[in-house]
Amino acid sequence: MSLWVDKYRPKDLSKLDYHKEQAENLKKLTQRGDFPHLLIYGPSGAGKKTRIMCILKDLYGCGVERLRMEQLNFTTPSKKKLEIMTVSSNYHIEINPSDVGMYDRIVVMDLIKNVAQTQQLDVNGQREFKVIVLTDVDNLTRDAQHALRRTMEKYITNCRLILCANSTSRLTPAIRSRCLGIRVPAPTITEISSILQNICKKEGLTIPSEFAQKIAEKSNRNVRRAILMCEACKVEQYPFSVKQNIAEPDWLMFIRAMSRKISQEQSVNTLANVRGDLYELIIHGIPNNIIFQTMVSELVKNCDISLKSEIISQAAFFEHRLQHGNKAIFHFEAFVAKFMCLYKKFLEDTVGDVF
Amino acid sequence: MDSFLKSGKLGGSVGDKNNQVNNEVSKKKRSVPWVEKYRPRTVSDIVQQSEAVQVLEQCIAGADLPNLLFYGPPGTGKTSTVLAAARQLFGDMYKDRILELNASDERGIQVIRDKVKTFAQLTASAIRHDGKPCPPFKIIILDEADSLTNAAQAALRRTMEKESKTTRFCLICNYVTRIIEPLTSRCTKFQFKPLDESKIFERLQHIAIEENLQIDDDVLNALVKTSGGDMRRATTCLQSCAILKGKDATISMQDVYEITGVVPEQWIKNYLQACKSNNYSKLEEFIETFILEAYTASQILKQMNEFIVNTDEFTDKQKAVIGEKLGIVSYRLQDGGSEYIQLLDLGCAIMIEYSKTG
Repeated sequence: MSLWVDKYRPKDLSKLDYHKEQAENLKKLTQRGDFPHLLIYGPSGAGKKTRIMCILKDLYGCGVERLRMEQLNFTTPSKKKLEIMTVSSNYHIEINPSDVGMYDRIVVMDLIKNVAQTQQLDVNGQREFKVIVLTDVDNLTRDAQHALRRTMEKYITNCRLILCANSTSRLTPAIRSRCLGIRVPAPTITEISSILQNICKKEGLTIPSEFAQKIAEKSNRNVRRAILMCEACKVEQYPFSVKQNIAEPDWLMFIRAMSRKISQEQSVNTLANVRGDLYELIIHGIPNNIIFQTMVSELVKNCDISLKSEIISQAAFFEHRLQHGNKAIFHFEAFVAKFMCLYKKFLEDTVGDVF
Repeated sequence: MDSFLKSGKLGGSVGDKNNQVNNEVSKKKRSVPWVEKYRPRTVSDIVQQSEAVQVLEQCIAGADLPNLLFYGPPGTGKTSTVLAAARQLFGDMYKDRILELNASDERGIQVIRDKVKTFAQLTASAIRHDGKPCPPFKIIILDEADSLTNAAQAALRRTMEKESKTTRFCLICNYVTRIIEPLTSRCTKFQFKPLDESKIFERLQHIAIEENLQIDDDVLNALVKTSGGDMRRATTCLQSCAILKGKDATISMQDVYEITGVVPEQWIKNYLQACKSNNYSKLEEFIETFILEAYTASQILKQMNEFIVNTDEFTDKQKAVIGEKLGIVSYRLQDGGSEYIQLLDLGCAIMIEYSKTG
């Protein structure tokens, strides 16, 4: 039994639930001979992967659904061996180059060269090109991005790239200008709630529309999360009632509790306490930027505007530092300590004014 | 050229392979990117970069060619210029007389030592196969030279002088400051300036007519504006629009904005409105929706900058403060900072400036 997320993933461009006009344009694109490189970007849970699979299916037919996992090996010039997992079908290969960290350049170059040098045997049957899907390109190093730009032009006859990113801020303009950018905005709340209602109908369940709306609002416009939440709710209590409690992700509640602790008492003790919490979050694999973002938005809630702006500018500073360093905990702690310091000073000042 | 690099050999087999490639290309002509298709063929086709063109034209007329260093922003015709010149200089022998290396080829110091040196040491005759005279040297083009390592650049210095009898170097880069001094002093430098909007407009119009596109002058103008003097970007955008909309449909303003990723004016106004209201939660809400709509933060920064510079709402001093913040935020974003927090930071800075004015 598969999860609803996978079970009800649209398999065809014409079956997509939202951004219909874009889907139509994509359809036109796949039918023409000159398929360009694509850069698909949007927040997580907006349906980027779904769209990529639909495009591939439109290009090659059902063959792309027969997936296999494969391990590829690469050797760096300094004779270091790299291993990377790929998901591939006969027509495409999907890879996440940032898995190998700073060696992504070699993987990108070698992979594209390998794929590009093997031509499709059956020329009449299908397209003359294969597709390489690179996910998470916003984490590519500068080096790899430089390497990509010429490789993309050189091997355009035999292979096309589909790049998938959360945001294009980190991509060099050179790459952006070589791809056809496809923006995938997150679906609106009404769209999500209608998707949820459709799924429930197919499962033979009844869902009150207010409840679907409520889940959609809680999901932060993330379809994947909404569907998972809905399934979790069903396991918890069925038939649905409008007042039913919707389980929020536990890390969210955890960060909230932590933030409350920080704003309640500013002392070295709390800092030591918070360190434990932060470690807990990190070892559970919550991405750093999510921890930071949630923490900041929770912490600033009960500050006044001038303090807020100061805290935000500190947050921006430490968040940037965090991207450079390789031990996240230092930067988290530094930020927490800075916050405590600012907050305490602020409290003392306001209390001083009262008396 | 590609096949040469792959096989690493000069001579016979290269010719056949190129023929094959050419056949393939003609079979599916549609898949040639317009950037390649409409690349200028001769040096005299190149617009605006008069200094470089003058030197190259004299060279084609028979004068000697110095080592060249072309620098300037992307899409101003650096590579096109040197390729066109080479084609005119060497005619059919163009493939044998040129070695083109760029950042995507492996080019640490080893490659400079091996490939460049061996290629440089080959002699070149002053007569073409068909008996016409041609210049007795080869050209090595190092594209994107600013990403060469310093060691590799240092390895070039002596090679450049020693082989000056038979080889000319042409270095192409975006930032001349990243090329080490000893190399720049060995080359004649040419700066390539961003193209005038009118020139890009003319060229795009030409392409649109050739490709039978239905596009209004206004829309073309918008395309030119978003390109910022980058001919390649303008051309690819035009092609992307054409591909996405299909052959018969008219290309609208909306499509251009969608493809270039320009943030609609309304969003910038809303952002400033949120800042002006002095209401933090409004700002937060705006930024959340902004990111969910998948617009690009770096793009809004660029547009904001333009807006801030031209607005009358702030005094010069305030503009300076905001400008500095813009710079910092943009740097952090490029470096991998989170869009959410960085945009909030900028928003807060603007908010403070607003509260000072009002």
